[in-house]
Amino acid sequence: MTDVGRHPRIKSMTLSEVEDVAGYIGNFRVKVRKKARYVNENECTACAECVDICPVIMPDEYQMGFSSRKAIYIPFPQAIPSSYVINMEDCLGNNPIACGKCLEKCDKRCIDFDMQDEIIELNVGAIVVATGIDVYDPTELDEYGYTRFENVVTSLEFERLICAGGPTDGHFVRPSDGRTPKRIGFIQCIGSRAYKRGHPYCSNVCCMNTVKDSLLLKEHYPDTEITVFYIDIRAFGKGFEDLFNRSKKMGVRYLRGLPDHIIEDPDNGNLRLKVENTTAGRIEEFEFDMLVLSVGLEPRQDGEQLRHILSLSQTSDGFLAECHPKLMPVDAPTRGMFLAGCVEAPKDIKDSVTQASAAAARAGIILSANKIKLEAATAVVDKEKCTCCEVCVPVCPYGAITASRSEKIPAEVTEAMCAGCGTCAAECQFGAISIRHFDDEQYMAQIEAALEENPRDKAIVFACNWCSYAASDLAGTSRFQYPPNIRVIRTMCSGRVNEKFILHAFKLGAPVVLVSGCHFADCHYIDANRWTQRRMDRLWNRLERLGIRPERLQLEWMSAAEGQRFAQVMAEIEEMRAKVSRQEIKNTKEVLRKRESKKKRVTAALGSSA
Amino acid sequence: MSDDSLRIGVFVCDCGMNIAGFVDCEEVRQYAEGLEDVVVSSRNRYTCSDPGQNEIKKTIQEQALNRVVVASCSPRLHEPTFRNCMAEAGLNPYLLEMANIREHCSWVHSNNREAATRKTKDIVKMAVARARFLKPQQEREIPVTDAVLVIGGGIAGIQASLDLANTGHMVYLVEKQPTIGGMMAQLDKTFPTMDCSI
Repeated sequence: MTDVGRHPRIKSMTLSEVEDVAGYIGNFRVKVRKKARYVNENECTACAECVDICPVIMPDEYQMGFSSRKAIYIPFPQAIPSSYVINMEDCLGNNPIACGKCLEKCDKRCIDFDMQDEIIELNVGAIVVATGIDVYDPTELDEYGYTRFENVVTSLEFERLICAGGPTDGHFVRPSDGRTPKRIGFIQCIGSRAYKRGHPYCSNVCCMNTVKDSLLLKEHYPDTEITVFYIDIRAFGKGFEDLFNRSKKMGVRYLRGLPDHIIEDPDNGNLRLKVENTTAGRIEEFEFDMLVLSVGLEPRQDGEQLRHILSLSQTSDGFLAECHPKLMPVDAPTRGMFLAGCVEAPKDIKDSVTQASAAAARAGIILSANKIKLEAATAVVDKEKCTCCEVCVPVCPYGAITASRSEKIPAEVTEAMCAGCGTCAAECQFGAISIRHFDDEQYMAQIEAALEENPRDKAIVFACNWCSYAASDLAGTSRFQYPPNIRVIRTMCSGRVNEKFILHAFKLGAPVVLVSGCHFADCHYIDANRWTQRRMDRLWNRLERLGIRPERLQLEWMSAAEGQRFAQVMAEIEEMRAKVSRQEIKNTKEVLRKRESKKKRVTAALGSSA
Repeated sequence: MSDDSLRIGVFVCDCGMNIAGFVDCEEVRQYAEGLEDVVVSSRNRYTCSDPGQNEIKKTIQEQALNRVVVASCSPRLHEPTFRNCMAEAGLNPYLLEMANIREHCSWVHSNNREAATRKTKDIVKMAVARARFLKPQQEREIPVTDAVLVIGGGIAGIQASLDLANTGHMVYLVEKQPTIGGMMAQLDKTFPTMDCSI
């Protein structure tokens, strides 16, 4: 921590939040809000004069509420920056009648009640996301009485109670009467490996944390009787099994089975429980002076906003998704962004440090390069075909297109800003925009090849590279089986899927077409898939008018993590496909052929009259 | 309509038994040989391996290929591999098309060899159809700002910041709380070595 504080190349901003990120790999523009601290952090020497005089007493968050702090405070003695901060929600304010005492007391004049939030703009080439986790709140598990019984604490509260820097200076006592407990129970998997309340995944660190806690207790108070209630003890890492064995050798009892509820003895605050010892096959009864709930880890509650700012996706457990679970485990799906620590999945300190170093090395590859190459897939305008209608201008999520109808200036794409989603190409009614490497004739050729033989047996599926195509890959790596009748066509974004691709597929006899993309919040091109939705709405209406059942065009949103859902959707698509009759397909083909020849005649007439 | 100047090579990958175990790869290879503008179709045990890539390079030169279709795994996995391979053989990397016959076929239809083989042929045919319209592309080069944003000042953010700063890059570390340190600062001792957290 101190190394960060004094490093000449690290500018650390506390009380700060990222508000906006624009740009792309190598060239991100970031807006950070540095909230007012009300204390000049460069001048403050943490002399404590202001703290002594502050009349406000609040629970100390760092000590998990076991002690108190003032409205002006330092979170803990080793905090970086080593400066006080005023929590304005607690402070009585700089009103001579109400308070303002700290202001008078500070000789260095570090306190400034008029301090404003600052907006800092940064230019960076890469971003490392290391926003961490929340700890599971066991309040909902009422049978364990966390909110009702004083001597039931969480494992994080335990940390404060046994820490030399804690509220009791490391003298381990129980909250109800301040006595050192003799019999302590630990209950594992609180909020983890649970399907109804809590989370289905294993939180990775709690078993070893309890093993560690048991050893700390045994070292400080060798006579303590400790019982750990568990489902499985997962001691898989280097040195872990040794530590577990040490704990058992020191007399800690590990019992396989979780109690279903806890009863408090109101006279002495002791806790009683019954548990099925599933190894021995018998019911056992216990009385404890104190119980520790070994709480799991969960995604940060406040993580959603940042996730949207960064356009990152999450896996089904709510943690951020990596680019590839094995081969690119620290790269985020957006180029130039990297994940480190628990934001990607619950992990212990060693793994967090390892992943952080890996993320640093990966980011370093970009930062050390003078120049980097960008994908070639960008939009190109054919100025001959462009009618200056401006339709493409608002659809671009990046504002990369300019055009003017009134001044007859055809569309122009700023290439460095174009990410290649292809929405403009799909929305252009005049075929004036094409996407490099993903142009119309390539898609038409794929559709024709897919439907050349036995079209009635096949459903065409458009899948976006980042989410639904990734989901189809995950279905593959997970070996989820589904019917073999779908033909997948990859687009970078669902926004690329032109109406004419879909109508072409129907004209060639496809019974069903599915367009799929990222969930709205997860679109890798900001909000390009909103245009997909609008286009599909429009097309459903048109199909209805043409007498083609709109249900034959399906739209699905799925994330990269939804491999199982992909397989399920494919099974549903196959069911729909089987229900489309030969006659229906024949009628569709006829309708669309007629429509096409009519269109040709109109175009020809317009051409001759011009 | 066949374009005389097009010379497509198709490389069907067995991927050990990952594809060959569920799909008749030889049948697919022969089928690809008959597709429009395909001048050579070959099979390899692992196309992504060095021998596999060397064969692509050799064939590009010997057969004067100007389009390459690799029928193997997802482009999300090995497109960069084969693009590099093409560049090394002197072909524009954008003249590559991948047919995803593993994730999209052999692994998800592993109980129906006949249907899987039929679908594989279609996937290869679609890839060849697209390959015929591929054009060489130039990637844009852009300058890089030599600075990094680290969001979160817990142990992971601190470690990443120090590593990056020590390799000479400017680091902006953004932390929501009034101090850095994160969750770890609240712990007393840490496993497995039982040392202090701060």
